[in-house]
Amino acid sequence: MKKSPRIGVLYSRVRVEEKWIFAAFEQRGIDYEKLDNRKIKFDLENPTPWLQYDAILERSINYNRGLYALRILNSWGIPTVNTASVAEICGDKVSTTSILAQAGVPQPRTMVAFTPESALEAIESIGYPVVMKPVVGSWGRLLAKINDRDAAEAILEHKSILGSYHHSIFYCQEYVEKQGRDIRATVFGDEVISAMFRKSEHWLTNTARGATGEKCEITPEMEKLCLKAAHAVGGGLLAVDLLEHPKKGLLVNEINHNMEFHTVQPISGLDIAGMFVDYILKIARQRS
Amino acid sequence: MSQISCPECAAENGLNADIEMNEIIVCQDCGVDLEIISLDPPTVDLAPIEEEDWGE
Repeated sequence: MKKSPRIGVLYSRVRVEEKWIFAAFEQRGIDYEKLDNRKIKFDLENPTPWLQYDAILERSINYNRGLYALRILNSWGIPTVNTASVAEICGDKVSTTSILAQAGVPQPRTMVAFTPESALEAIESIGYPVVMKPVVGSWGRLLAKINDRDAAEAILEHKSILGSYHHSIFYCQEYVEKQGRDIRATVFGDEVISAMFRKSEHWLTNTARGATGEKCEITPEMEKLCLKAAHAVGGGLLAVDLLEHPKKGLLVNEINHNMEFHTVQPISGLDIAGMFVDYILKIARQRS
Repeated sequence: MSQISCPECAAENGLNADIEMNEIIVCQDCGVDLEIISLDPPTVDLAPIEEEDWGE
């Protein structure tokens, strides 16, 4: 008889999403283990303790811990959701934008520069207002909407003097007037399973910053764009954020490889936690 | 309902029956994030401070 797969769930914090995922494993009677990333260790020449897992679901809040864990696990041939390659691309905005540009996915115009002087030139060639983002980061933190040259000079000086080195990788993007909302689409493999508007009076529309969700119809255009973007970064379980540009239409703003779904699950009415579990089981069964 | 005392402000907080190890709760009095570090007996500590690479 074929044995039931054993799944590891790597996490940092037990958020509501992890509680729902754990409950879904238990409802299905699946053998799984909770792996706190503050306690795990990898002996790089001895994968044996990790080979008990048929797949690992990576849910760390810490991007770097998650990324390095995925690299090690994948190097040992242990399937993960998502893969290290996907996390590497999606966790770094320069990588994401480059890959999407290569695939011909429409995005806000973006420029990258490495000194305050060249960044100022990049900003002025895009035209105000411009959005500056850290290349690694989430939840709308440390984003700046720069409305004029005075603000640009101040932000660039602060980033180069006060920030760690990666804040001097200047990622400058066209500001899109998005009428108080963006769209979060959830992609599972080859399917866009849900979409929701994220609405806010603030220019930032992250739910972590107080935006509220509302169900959004998945149009054929949206579906095609999301799948193209998801395939470009390597596929898996992804949250694709879209902007509605008044002239250019739908643009891909970013792709999250480790999505939170506390807003989308109740709005969509879908059991997304259960779908996570079914997806990781499918990956695990391909191996076992 | 189990009770825990906030290590920051000493307020007593009730815990739900379905609480999980490492779950984060918010002290109802001072608002600090607390992490469940033991279920039996229920014990909390101050939750880790948000770091720069945290996100989704």
